[in-house]
Amino acid sequence: MAVKGEKPRALTDVPFHYCPGCTHGIVHRLVAEVIDELGIEGKTVGIASVGCSVFTYNYFNCDMVQAPHGRAPAVATGVKRARPDNVVFTYQGDGDLAAIGAGETVHAAARGENIVVIFINNAIYGMTGGQMAPTTLPGQVTQTTPYGRDTKTAGNPIRVCELLSSLDGVALAQRVTVDNVKNVKNAKKAIKKAFEYQMEGLGYSIVEVVSTCPTNWGLSPKDALQWLRDNMLPYYPLGVYKDVKEAKE
Amino acid sequence: MGERVLMKGNEAIAEAAIAAGCRHFFGYPITPQTEVAAYMSKRMPKVDGVYLQAESEVASINMVLGAGAAGVRVMTSTSSPGVSLMAEGISYIAGSDVPALIINVQRGGPGLGGIQPSQADYFQATKSTGHGDFHMLVFAPSTVQEMVDFVSIAFDLGDKYRMPAMILSDGMLGQMMEPVELPEARNPDNDSKDWAACGHKGKREHNVINSLYIQPQTLEDLVRARYEKYEKIKEEEQRAEEYLTEDAEIIVVAYGASSRVSRSAVDKARKEGIKVGLIRPITLWPFPEKTIAKYVDSAKKFLTVEMSMGQMVDDVRLAVNGKKPVEFYGRTGGMIPAPNEVYNKIVEMKGGVQ
Amino acid sequence: MSDLNILLAGFGGQGILFTGKVIAYSGMMDGQEISWLPSYGPEMRGGTANCSVCLSDNKIGSPLVVNPDVLVAMNLPSLEKFENDVVPGGLIIVDSSIISKKVERDDVNVVYIPAAKIAEDNGLKGAANMVILGRMFKETKFCSEDSLDKGLKKSIPPKKEALLENNLKAIKLGIES
Repeated sequence: MAVKGEKPRALTDVPFHYCPGCTHGIVHRLVAEVIDELGIEGKTVGIASVGCSVFTYNYFNCDMVQAPHGRAPAVATGVKRARPDNVVFTYQGDGDLAAIGAGETVHAAARGENIVVIFINNAIYGMTGGQMAPTTLPGQVTQTTPYGRDTKTAGNPIRVCELLSSLDGVALAQRVTVDNVKNVKNAKKAIKKAFEYQMEGLGYSIVEVVSTCPTNWGLSPKDALQWLRDNMLPYYPLGVYKDVKEAKE
Repeated sequence: MGERVLMKGNEAIAEAAIAAGCRHFFGYPITPQTEVAAYMSKRMPKVDGVYLQAESEVASINMVLGAGAAGVRVMTSTSSPGVSLMAEGISYIAGSDVPALIINVQRGGPGLGGIQPSQADYFQATKSTGHGDFHMLVFAPSTVQEMVDFVSIAFDLGDKYRMPAMILSDGMLGQMMEPVELPEARNPDNDSKDWAACGHKGKREHNVINSLYIQPQTLEDLVRARYEKYEKIKEEEQRAEEYLTEDAEIIVVAYGASSRVSRSAVDKARKEGIKVGLIRPITLWPFPEKTIAKYVDSAKKFLTVEMSMGQMVDDVRLAVNGKKPVEFYGRTGGMIPAPNEVYNKIVEMKGGVQ
Repeated sequence: MSDLNILLAGFGGQGILFTGKVIAYSGMMDGQEISWLPSYGPEMRGGTANCSVCLSDNKIGSPLVVNPDVLVAMNLPSLEKFENDVVPGGLIIVDSSIISKKVERDDVNVVYIPAAKIAEDNGLKGAANMVILGRMFKETKFCSEDSLDKGLKKSIPPKKEALLENNLKAIKLGIES
């Protein structure tokens, strides 16, 4: 009997620890499917970051390195420079990538480091229990912005794809989401393109996935997706912010 | 072995690393170690190696973590403030059992401190490089030739024990020139580490390089296992030089730059008939306590000389274990003691020797 | 000869460190133990530079020359700073075309040589350091003549080989001064 919806080979049998309705699981699966389709599991090295996605080293079947908070791009740089034939990706959240690791992110992108960055933007720190992230929206209530993010004192959110798209080293900067089937398919296409660009040696690719955190947003999984559509997507518009191939064609 | 050539300590370290098969260098400029990076930027492209100037020491040590995790021989080089920035990465490297070589060409501190030679990072190197229970191998060269020799040993032992190693140099040793003989070049061996994260090629389970263990019992077991390894290293890898110690009533203990000053002072005191000798720790971790212990009965007093306010002296006192007085003489902030200052201290102590 | 501790001091750009390097290499060619230690840091940019060179038959202890057997002073601040550090019976070589002040001590040997002028008069502007080196060689014989020749050649990188001849000429002028 044929099994439908079989688990990708690039995922282990370890059950995810993510909360109900969290979109990490979907994105993990998409990355794994892409690794399977490209047949690169044996030469892929993933870099786990710090945050909810820290345990990705248990979930992906490829070799994995766990990086200090924010340093995934630097660790990925080390792996890729040491092993140019490997395919290297990082999997980072918004706090990791855009706050503590903003420096490493910008410089890896500026160098055109030939890596893939999967960026989960859910506008909050999940692992530590719902504090303000660099991508927390103006007015958004978190544990450390209990009266809503006041941009006068807590600063403004960072639009990462827009920021990085100005750098010459970036091959692909695309923002996607996974709130419905169409968008999931689109996200997978973007992730696959990012891996293909690395295999073609085009440089740094980032796929930003606008994601949910129902637990820390205090919403049901369904309401969280609606909140994402109503609040996140207007501030973080989906789309391709840079694509070296389209620029050339 | 080739002919003797005149080289700066910093350049000798770099060339020795290449001779030891290192092809990956990640660094950031800081005085007085910048020659290491500059030399590497010139040499690495000629040997198909990787030189990368990172955006910070924070980034460079994590690049080292990545390359080391991928199984290649890798190093970085910095000076005191840079090591502070690397503390996090070194802790992760140790906690992930990744071998890597870190060079510290020490300068005066704290803070921005100064740029002149110092030995004030002894505690940092041997006891508190970063958070958590861990050690790294620490070597203290005292000549440019030893810079060359220890780079090779540090790489090999780091690989053998799967742990970070440090060469604790200083601005004097880094900037000075002495004749050196470089060893025969070894080919890089980047494919013998079966634990490395460099793609499983469908031939094995996936390797994970990681320092996170959320279950306390798991973490305790792992740290305990690492400390068993440390005990073995303490047993087998202590190194020290003994100079005129056999009949010495006063034994000076000094490493690196201050050991050279002390050696001059010892020679002068010997000419005056004072029975004084020198123990020069070569490994600072593991500290050569066995060498010190050998002389606890025969010597009457110990004197530790450092270019700091007194750091290694704690380890000397632990090794002497209260059986004999241990005195200290130090200069700090980038000041190098003159041999006469140490000589005068020896004479002063001799006055008290019965 | 057992030990010779040399301190060279002057402005950055006078070739202090290079002179030290030639001495070090020459000593090495002679089979002596040697060390060369420069001052480093911001003071090198336009300020004063100095360089410690030790030559010995034995292993060298501290490479920092605190009490030189030979002091070469190529500017006034250097002479004033280090004059009193020279060991009694030691030697001070002064570039008298730059420094008009006389050495105040009477327990050291002093050589006044208008090195900068000699160099310039012979079309070797900038080679005062080598003129002084020649004179120092004549006074101390810190190595064999053959080793000095080899030491100089070793100190000049292949790309700058054209400079060899002028440096040799300047050293000769110093020896003959």
